[in-house]
Order: sequence, then structure tokens, then C-alpha cells
Amino acid sequence: MSGTWMTTRAWLLMLPLLVVMVAVIGWPLVDTVGLSFTDAKLVGTAGNFVGIDNYTKMLSSSNFSRTLVTTTWFAVASVAIEMVIGVLAALLLNQEFRGRTFLRALMILPWALPTVVNATLWRLIYNPEYGALNAALTQLHLIDAYRSWLGEPGTALAALIIADCWKNFPLVALIALAALQAVPRDITAASLVDGAGPFARFRFVILPYLAGPLMVALVLRTIEAFKVFDIIWVMTRGGPANSTRTLSILVYQEAFSFQRAGSGASLALIVTLLVTVLALAYAALVKKTAGSAT
Amino acid sequence: MERKSPAFNVFIYACAVLLAVVILAPIAWLFVMSISPAADLAAKPLRWWPQSADFSRYQQLLSTAENSAGAAFTASLRNSLEIAGMATLAALLLAIPAGWAVSRTPSIGWSLSMVIATYMLPPVALAVPLYMGLSYLGLLNNVFGLAMVYLTILAPFTTWLMKSGFDAIPREIEAAAMIDGAGLFQTLRIITLPLAAPVVATSALFAVLLAWDEFFYALLFTSDQRAKTLTVAIADLAGGRVSDYGLIATAGVLAALPPVLIGLVMQRALISGLTSGGVKG
Repeated sequence: MSGTWMTTRAWLLMLPLLVVMVAVIGWPLVDTVGLSFTDAKLVGTAGNFVGIDNYTKMLSSSNFSRTLVTTTWFAVASVAIEMVIGVLAALLLNQEFRGRTFLRALMILPWALPTVVNATLWRLIYNPEYGALNAALTQLHLIDAYRSWLGEPGTALAALIIADCWKNFPLVALIALAALQAVPRDITAASLVDGAGPFARFRFVILPYLAGPLMVALVLRTIEAFKVFDIIWVMTRGGPANSTRTLSILVYQEAFSFQRAGSGASLALIVTLLVTVLALAYAALVKKTAGSAT
Repeated sequence: MERKSPAFNVFIYACAVLLAVVILAPIAWLFVMSISPAADLAAKPLRWWPQSADFSRYQQLLSTAENSAGAAFTASLRNSLEIAGMATLAALLLAIPAGWAVSRTPSIGWSLSMVIATYMLPPVALAVPLYMGLSYLGLLNNVFGLAMVYLTILAPFTTWLMKSGFDAIPREIEAAAMIDGAGLFQTLRIITLPLAAPVVATSALFAVLLAWDEFFYALLFTSDQRAKTLTVAIADLAGGRVSDYGLIATAGVLAALPPVLIGLVMQRALISGLTSGGVKG
């Protein structure tokens, strides 16, 4: 069979997917770009061309810079904690002990719990009047009076980060565990014979096997954390006093609450650009790690 | 093997218990809240274990009596099932041919890479035109409209999973069938698809889980019982003036049950699907 026919046939089989992707992703993205140069409202008029006004207005607003800091803080803190606890949990699950299979099976639970249910669950736990966290800490005499964990700007973001980490560290653990199981036993045995201590063994024998998969997990989790919307919307809607407002929440408010489609679109594209730059930087890093690890 | 000191063993078991408690405590509490009498949940000091288990909230939410809390909940349950089912089916219909094509013809692989790269796009970058488009088509607050939008998430992911699945099926098997005189579609139907059945199943499960979990588009594009999904219904409950926290917990348990059961039963397949992403890149 000739090569050109093979390629044509492949394109024909790809075609339905590509058509749908253009319709639901390509066209909306292009349209967002167009909208971002207008003062269009969400409903009604198409709006007038305003050049790059939306961009300059958005980029210079204090809302944007503050939200960017909040988002970065959320992403960096939650991903860092998830990676560290995830790897520690994977090292534990890779040991031999009774109940190991059961514990591994448990790890799927937070991952499978829908994000909105997770957010609701933690919202109930943090409840200022009846929440389990207040009850537990008071009964253990760690705090004197009930506190409004999600109602105070000082604690709300940290409370959100904990809720996000609880749901997502098991995924990192499962990925790390799969990588650990790929470490050949004779290599760890040989390093023991050579007198490597536990830390040297982790650093020089095990980590090279973990690096690649962990980098991929890091990339995916960071992108997701940067785009975060669900958990924050359900738990705090960006409050109190906008202390937990992330970029996606800001775009939502601009485009849908205030119905300013034009400036909302420009903001959405700024976020897209940030995520893209982040992803490209990471992709370069992944390539480098993969090259040095194998 | 390494010989382990008793102290090390104690340490391992202590960590294992700690991990189990961290994972289980919040989930167990969600369930306990759902069966505790409202008075127990409002008690100070909080009563951690109900004096008598009260399953009435499950009955309340699953009842379909007119204008009850149950009617709204069961409507959203049905919408979630319909939307997840339709979106998954459509995603697989697109993903199977495309995944096979890319697997067998690597020269067109860049087109799939582009499709997958859309994963980086925050949904907010598509939301405004999608809203206007659905509104123009009269598909706002409509299960078909939302299922269509869900293809933005489901189709790239399932195509990528299918492609890795087809990669694992040697093309020599297909070549052998062709030499024996089978046409392309006959070969795919008789040889390739049955071999790929487990991957199709895993992809379908992932797609259902993704659709079940989705919140942002559902929040934007649905407004009442005709199309509201479970995630939106639960967020409504949690953000509304429901005074019985046990009812919110019950809705959470019911919404979590299907994905958690899928997760536990399909553990092995799901983990290999998740980690193939991590390991292969």
C-alpha cells in the first residue's frame, strides 16, 4: 500500500475529531481573541473595537497583580506540599508491611471524590459554628474559641491549600509508587553492598528513576493549580475580602458577574499566555530531566 | 534483602496508620454527618458518633415527590448521568478512529499533539464564546449543549489514551489479517477493536469520571432542573441557606458513590492509565 494513501486515510480518520475540536476549542479561542479587543457585553451588542485598551487596563489594575500573587502562592504551596507528601507516601507504600494492599487501595479514594464534593466536605469541616476542625481543636485544648477558618483573610487561603492537597497528594503518590516499582531490585541491593546509607540510596539510586515521572506530575499539577476554579468557588467564592481570589475567579467575575465580555476575554487570554509560558518552561525542564535521568 | 530493625518496623507501621487516618478521617466524617441527627451535628461539644443512625436524608434526597429537595437532587442526578453518558459516547466515537490513525501513521502525530496541547487552555479562555454560541443555538441550559462542551475536555484525553492503547497492539497482527484478504474496516472490527477493548473501557471510565466531576461549564451554562448537574446542585446546597448540614453531606456521599466505586473496582486499570501518562510522558 502506498505511503500517500496511508497518510490520506489517517487524515480521514482524524477528521471527525479535528472538526469537533475546531468547533468547540479553535473557534471559541479565536473568538475570544477578537472579543478581547472590543468593549462587548455578555448579552446584547457586539461592542466596538477598542484596540489594546482592555489589556492595558487589566494589566495595570491592582486587582490583577494581587490575584496573580494569590494564584501563584496557591499553586506553588499546594503543588510543593503535594509532591513532598506524595513521594513520602509512595516510599512508605513501597515498603513491605501488613495491610499494604489495603492502604494502596485507600489512596484512590480522595482522587475519585468529585472536586465539588471535596470542597463541600472541607467547607463543612471548617464551619465556624459546627465544624469538625473547631470541635476537634477545642476538645484537644489547642484553641480556646471556635474560629472562622474560611472567613478570615489570614487563614482562608491556607485552609483551601490543605483541602486541595488532601485530594491531590494521593495521585502524586500513585505515580511515584509506580516509578518506584520500576527500580530494579538488584540495583538497590548492590548499593546496599556498596555501603550506601538510606539518604545516599534515595538520592543516587532511587531518585533518578523518580525524576521523569515526578516532573510530569509536577507540570500537570502546576498547570491545574494555576487554572484552579472549582474548589475555591465552592469554598469561598474568592473571599473573604478577595483574599482567595485566583485568576480564573477574576475572569469569571469580570466576564459573567459584571458581564464585561470584552475585558473578561482579554484577562482570560493573559491567563492563557501565562499558563503557556509556564508549560513551555516546564517542557524544557522535563526534556532536560529525562535526558539526565536515563 | 535488607534486614529491618524492630524500631524501623514500628516506624513503618506508625506511618501507615497515620496515612490511613489522614485519608479516611474526612471521608468517614462525611458519612457520619449524613447519618447523624441534626441535633448531634449542632451539639457542643460536637458528638462524633450518632446516638442512633438516621438514614432518612437518603430517603429524602432520593424521593421524587414534586417540589421537594429530592426532586431537584434526582433531576440533577439524571442530568449528570445523561450528560456523562452522551459526552463519553461521543468522545469515544471520535477518539477510536483518531487514536488508531495516529498510532499507525506517526507522521500525522503532530495533529494529536496540538489537540492535547489544548489541555493547557484554561476553560475561561473558551467560556465567553461558548456561552454566546450555545445561546445562539438555543442550547443553554440543555443537556446536549453541555455534553457537546464537555468534548473539549473528554475528546483530547480519550484520544491520547486510545493512541497509547493501540501502540501496544502489534501492527503485524493487522498486517496478517490484511494479507488473508480482510479489508481495513473488517480488520479493525475483527482483530484490533477486540484487542483494544480493555483500553476502550478504561478510556470510557476516565471520560465518565471527568464529566461527572466537571463544574465550571455546568455552573455557567445551566440554570435549572432541566440541565443542572450534580456538581452544581451540591454547590447550590453548600452555598445556600440549608440549615441541616447532614443533608449537604448526604448529597456529597451520593455524588461521590459512583466515582468512588468505579475507582475501587477498576483500581488497577485506572492506575495504569494514570501512571502511563506519568511514566511515558
